[in-house]
Amino acid sequence: MSAQSSVRKLVRGKAIPLPGDDIDTDRIIPARFLRMITFEELGKYAFIDERVDEAGKPRPHPLNEEKFRGGTILIVNRNFGCGSSREHAPQSLMRMGIEAFVGESFAEIFSGNCTALGLPAVRVSHEDALKLQSLVESDPSIELTVDLEAQTVCAGASRFSFSMPDSDRKSLVSGTWDSTAMLLANEEAIGKTAARIPYLNGFAGAKGGSRG
Amino acid sequence: MGRTLLDKVWDLHKVATLPSGQDQLFIGLHLVHEVTSPQAFQALADRGLKVLHPERTFATVDHIVPTDSQRRPFADDLAEQMMSAIEKNAKKHGIMFFGLGTAEQGIVHIIGPELGLTQPGMTIACGDSHTSTHGALGSIAFGVGTSQIRDILATQTLALTRPRVRRIEVSGRLPAGVHSKDLIIRIIADLGVNGGIGFAYEYGGPAVSALPMEARLTMCNMSIEGGARAGYINPDSVTFDYIKGRRFAPAGAAFDTAVDYWKGMASDKDAAYADLYNLDGTSVEPMVSWGINPGQAVGVSGKLPRVSDAPDENRDALKKAYEHTGFEEGTPIQGLPIDVAFIGSCTNGRISDLREAARVVKGRKASPKVKALVVPGSRTVLRQAQEEGLPEIFRAAGFEWRDAGCSMCLAMNPDKLSGRQVCASSSNRNFIGRQGSPRGRTLLMSPAMAAAAAIAGEVVDAREVLS
Repeated sequence: MSAQSSVRKLVRGKAIPLPGDDIDTDRIIPARFLRMITFEELGKYAFIDERVDEAGKPRPHPLNEEKFRGGTILIVNRNFGCGSSREHAPQSLMRMGIEAFVGESFAEIFSGNCTALGLPAVRVSHEDALKLQSLVESDPSIELTVDLEAQTVCAGASRFSFSMPDSDRKSLVSGTWDSTAMLLANEEAIGKTAARIPYLNGFAGAKGGSRG
Repeated sequence: MGRTLLDKVWDLHKVATLPSGQDQLFIGLHLVHEVTSPQAFQALADRGLKVLHPERTFATVDHIVPTDSQRRPFADDLAEQMMSAIEKNAKKHGIMFFGLGTAEQGIVHIIGPELGLTQPGMTIACGDSHTSTHGALGSIAFGVGTSQIRDILATQTLALTRPRVRRIEVSGRLPAGVHSKDLIIRIIADLGVNGGIGFAYEYGGPAVSALPMEARLTMCNMSIEGGARAGYINPDSVTFDYIKGRRFAPAGAAFDTAVDYWKGMASDKDAAYADLYNLDGTSVEPMVSWGINPGQAVGVSGKLPRVSDAPDENRDALKKAYEHTGFEEGTPIQGLPIDVAFIGSCTNGRISDLREAARVVKGRKASPKVKALVVPGSRTVLRQAQEEGLPEIFRAAGFEWRDAGCSMCLAMNPDKLSGRQVCASSSNRNFIGRQGSPRGRTLLMSPAMAAAAAIAGEVVDAREVLS
């Protein structure tokens, strides 16, 4: 559809377990790194305050562990990406090399931002998230496959089914996740809609909202 | 079966069904600020696109604005660069801009309602999660990311999935000295910080209807902290009285027509809801958060929870919270010492909030060990406060009185916590590092409670200070 959007059917790679519920976007990318007019530098700063202490010394964190280096799939738990709408959060993780998220649930704005960047954020059960995290923890070299058409996550011989909003899945699989061109193609319908909205037309002729 | 306000607004603004199954929704009002927009404007330039409806787009600056001095250039080069970017982008695209030095500048969610831009029955979006605030006037308002800002700038529409609606029915009346801030924190504590995923919250019932508009704004503001991207209150006479006479409000005969339209957009009496939650308003007490998300909160008479008492699925989150805060399980929340008090933000930086805080502060002194900060949410709020003599009351009590901005809510400007400081804050988020120190701690509460804590040097019940 748009030149910027490509088809995303499969993500294959090593994974990184990142345990914890309600990990908010302030933790993913602290606000001081939002003082930039591009996203380019953000890859260096994902989870920076958890990875490095105030004296600049590394702290224990999955993203610091040698064994998870090169991982492209982040395995998370409940309500990942809650809080601020900052797209800087998925941008920073994407620029660090993350290509997909597997988790119990995602905050809505965060998962929308992921889809808009072509990053699948897929949901597995609590038990499966824990299983996947412990599988990768015990064998970091294991390769995961997130298959958006089969709707499965495979890790070695184990296979887990996932769910995600069907519209997000379709957008990724069909390569329409960069939606600007698709939306703009309906310019005539946009104009017609604007013409019927009372407050855009000085309330001229408005008879009140329709009743059910 | 009747329809909810959300259904009516959605149907009116729906442009098309997209191949993905999502709806393309017209956005009636797009609010823009300096932090999340520069990359979106750049994307527009890269693709040779223009802003489709500049007349439905309004911009201001709030997040990075220093509140001690608005003098340019800013001491922070990065902040100065962001400021120049929005100034250039607004000018280039013909967007009305309430920039630094204008009478209207302020936090985007304060000035929208204040200027009469926010109206019932609208769809409103902004690159900020607290856009849910505007739902207090009966609009469907939600935060978006930067790619979606690009979509709105270029097309005035978004690809969206219609949320389900959970009705939150609050019976009775809030007791004296209990504020809408306490009510919304209680709702989040009850339903969880992820309880609202996929929902829009419709707040109603006698306790909500009795709230004045500014209290309603506080409530809808924090919908996102409960996981609900949007929250709203059906428009009523409180709404219409609030809007009348504001700068961008319809005037004369158009106002009467508008009121008819607005009344018709309210949820029907027999509307169908996906879920219903009932709460007894008389059971709500002043709330204080103690942990690392806004749902980790207790009533002021309560104690910090024991991990062993919590349901299994919440234990890890509680442990993580205790690990960060260093507080003790089972300690009464009252008496918890504080170092900083912050009164302001898009949640509680309105004139009624400052009046409430001033009522507590008047004739008293802040504890000498507390740094207390009062930050009006907009230049309009600031002027009103000056007319009422509020800055003098705060200054006499040892509080700092600042200029308009987001200030210590999110640490994108010089107002920050340091080290292990504990802040009694009228803002909306107690996330780790949120107020600028990775080791700092935030206790969320109402402006009255934050003011009382500043005076006592510890968490106290503001109702007792006042009695």
